[in-house]
Amino acid sequence: MKVSYFPGCTLNTTGKGFDRAVRASTAAVGLDLVELAEWNCCGATFPLIVDNMLELAAPAHVLVAARDEGQAGIVTTACTTCYNVLRRTNVFVREHEDERERINDFIEAEYEGEVQVKDIVHLLRDDIGFDAVRERVAKPLEGLKVACYYGCMVLRPPDEVAYDDPDHPQSLDDLMSALGAAPIDFPHKNECCGAYLAVTDPEITREMVYVILRSAQAAGAEALVTNCPLCQFNLDQQQVRIRSAHAGYQAMPVFYFSQLMGLALGLDATEYGWSRHYVDARPLLRERGLWDGLPPSENGA
Amino acid sequence: MTESNGHSKRVMIVGAGIAGMQAALDIAGSGYQVVLVDRLPSIGGHMHQLSETFPTLDCAQCIMTPRTVDVGRHPNIQLHVYSEVEEINGEMGDFRVRIRRKAAYVNWELCTACGACTEKCPQAIPVAFDRHLEMPRQLRTGKVRHDGTGKAIYTLSPQAVPKKPVIDVEHCTYFQKGKCRLCEKVCPVGAIDFEQGPSVSEEQVGAIILATGYELYPLEKLGEYGGGRVPDVIDALAMERLLSASGPTAGVMRRPSDGREPKEVVWIQCAGSRDPEMGMPYCSKICCMYSAKQAMLYKHKVHGGQAYVFYIDIRSAGKRYEEFIQRSMEEDEVLYVRGKVSKVFREGDKVMVWGVDTLTGLPVEVAADLVVISPAMIASEGTRQLATMLGLELDPHGWWVEQEGNLAPLETGRPGIYLAGAGIGPKDIPEAVSQGSGAAGKVLSLFSRWGGPPDSVE
Repeated sequence: MKVSYFPGCTLNTTGKGFDRAVRASTAAVGLDLVELAEWNCCGATFPLIVDNMLELAAPAHVLVAARDEGQAGIVTTACTTCYNVLRRTNVFVREHEDERERINDFIEAEYEGEVQVKDIVHLLRDDIGFDAVRERVAKPLEGLKVACYYGCMVLRPPDEVAYDDPDHPQSLDDLMSALGAAPIDFPHKNECCGAYLAVTDPEITREMVYVILRSAQAAGAEALVTNCPLCQFNLDQQQVRIRSAHAGYQAMPVFYFSQLMGLALGLDATEYGWSRHYVDARPLLRERGLWDGLPPSENGA
Repeated sequence: MTESNGHSKRVMIVGAGIAGMQAALDIAGSGYQVVLVDRLPSIGGHMHQLSETFPTLDCAQCIMTPRTVDVGRHPNIQLHVYSEVEEINGEMGDFRVRIRRKAAYVNWELCTACGACTEKCPQAIPVAFDRHLEMPRQLRTGKVRHDGTGKAIYTLSPQAVPKKPVIDVEHCTYFQKGKCRLCEKVCPVGAIDFEQGPSVSEEQVGAIILATGYELYPLEKLGEYGGGRVPDVIDALAMERLLSASGPTAGVMRRPSDGREPKEVVWIQCAGSRDPEMGMPYCSKICCMYSAKQAMLYKHKVHGGQAYVFYIDIRSAGKRYEEFIQRSMEEDEVLYVRGKVSKVFREGDKVMVWGVDTLTGLPVEVAADLVVISPAMIASEGTRQLATMLGLELDPHGWWVEQEGNLAPLETGRPGIYLAGAGIGPKDIPEAVSQGSGAAGKVLSLFSRWGGPPDSVE
């Protein structure tokens, strides 16, 4: 199955490892991501001022490119923020005729919301199927106790973006089960990670992240798994601060789902961005016999 | 049947809750025939489940059972329980109604309500009347409360009227696996009838009262409050059962997960109600009062316990209602927190409640033992079907639409069809009873206008 792929800025820069893991692991299960020949910034946030048409022009432009380049009329992205903005823009364009006209005038296009915007995990669940993923697993992540963390971008607002239960999401957990891991249920799968407060009020973010991690650990998790680049950054990087603020805190790695998927599918995971992690994920993998790559020190991003 | 100008002076009342029963007794007491229909095997509706009533703290079952017994024995009231209205044709004065009775698999004519079948039935099931509360085994004090309930052959409640059992096919070992028939063996009068099918009866009535009542919005749909996954998060009707002397713990305060006495209990108001996002912008009206009552009753049972009520604002408009709220605060030291709860989740053996106190502007966290949700009241299942059948309008939230809200609140768009009770919208017992009497008055004035003696008993 071929779909249009929108990498977005994060996966093109700091999240290159995430991007490689996504492309490789989806290809291995028959989901071919065809990168849009022409793409621009998604807009980064869905405008909260609904009459600001200009902010919708950038994502609309991406949607037009996706339509014009074909690929089953589906555009996907692994960045949850991009997904949220593109998906909501698409819904907005479909539902608002007058505004649609203004956006179209501005970007010189005739777009009515024809493409489908689907998150990559959504595609894996519904179009490929987790059972099909399970069949391709070469090195099951046996006994790896992971807590899946969804953040907010693929869940809210539910009627516009959610493909999962916004209060009790399950898709990543099911994917991890398919990969042979043991997902742990915990109550903060969808709690706020602190988002951009990491920049303005890092202490607030630190404490928010601490609540999430502590809860996951109390439930028995030895690692976190997420699909959101911003969440991954906060959950991972804030642990450096948490260690100094909360004596005795034991840090734990925060994986992208695609990193674990690549490993379980038996792919070469060397280039999955391991050195970008603030809490090194490789010792846990090595301990579990899941990592046979280079030692951490010699393995670049 | 005596007819006056071709009009039938009988009435059908749909719903045998407190409003429908009131209407039935008023009309039957005036000498006219009443056909009273209810979906459940016994009458009484939700009031039957309540522990006490506000603001008097009367025992609901104590004040109600004389009524249910009166209804059950009244020569002018023909009960159609375990039944649903299937078809209604005709006009005022001459409605032709078809009522379908579900198969009880018990011949009620023969049954003497001895209870042997329920006692011997090997299949225990959660009790719908107790909101399916599943208490730890050591608390299931069979002798105290399971009188006739809690098995695959059951009566609705210990004080059921009629007190006749029905078989729950979904849970019956014989129906599911083809073997057992123990109830048949122990029944001394041979009343068990596994071959019984549904039966249909036709009635002619001149007027109809719709007293279809309400249900609670399901906890499963309130994801932020645990979505029905946390055993110690229960809805308000379940709390009524926990507080009730006829409930699953015989009125002893225990929580479902481990049977321990809850020391910190949180009530959450407006769960779904007053929430346009959830499609229920209306106030459910009774929650402020019953929560104060429940918190008060809880404190009377657990003296050292702490009760918290999270509220948006307190709506206590009613005679002696505000005084009741004040009493819960002052005498029973119920702690009111003005703010919404954002999240309820399990942590160890606690139920964590995250909310905000909007008076201080600070977030609040309570490590509770039990959480009681006040879900929105919603129109009862089947209301829409009935509306379609009658060509009557429902409002966007599924409640009956009055002909005119101010001056014709009990009339519908169709002559001869009247409304009463919580099917019109959320309301408490006194208001539902008043409406029952009001609708009865409407019907009686109609019958009196038509003249002639009441239709004779067939």
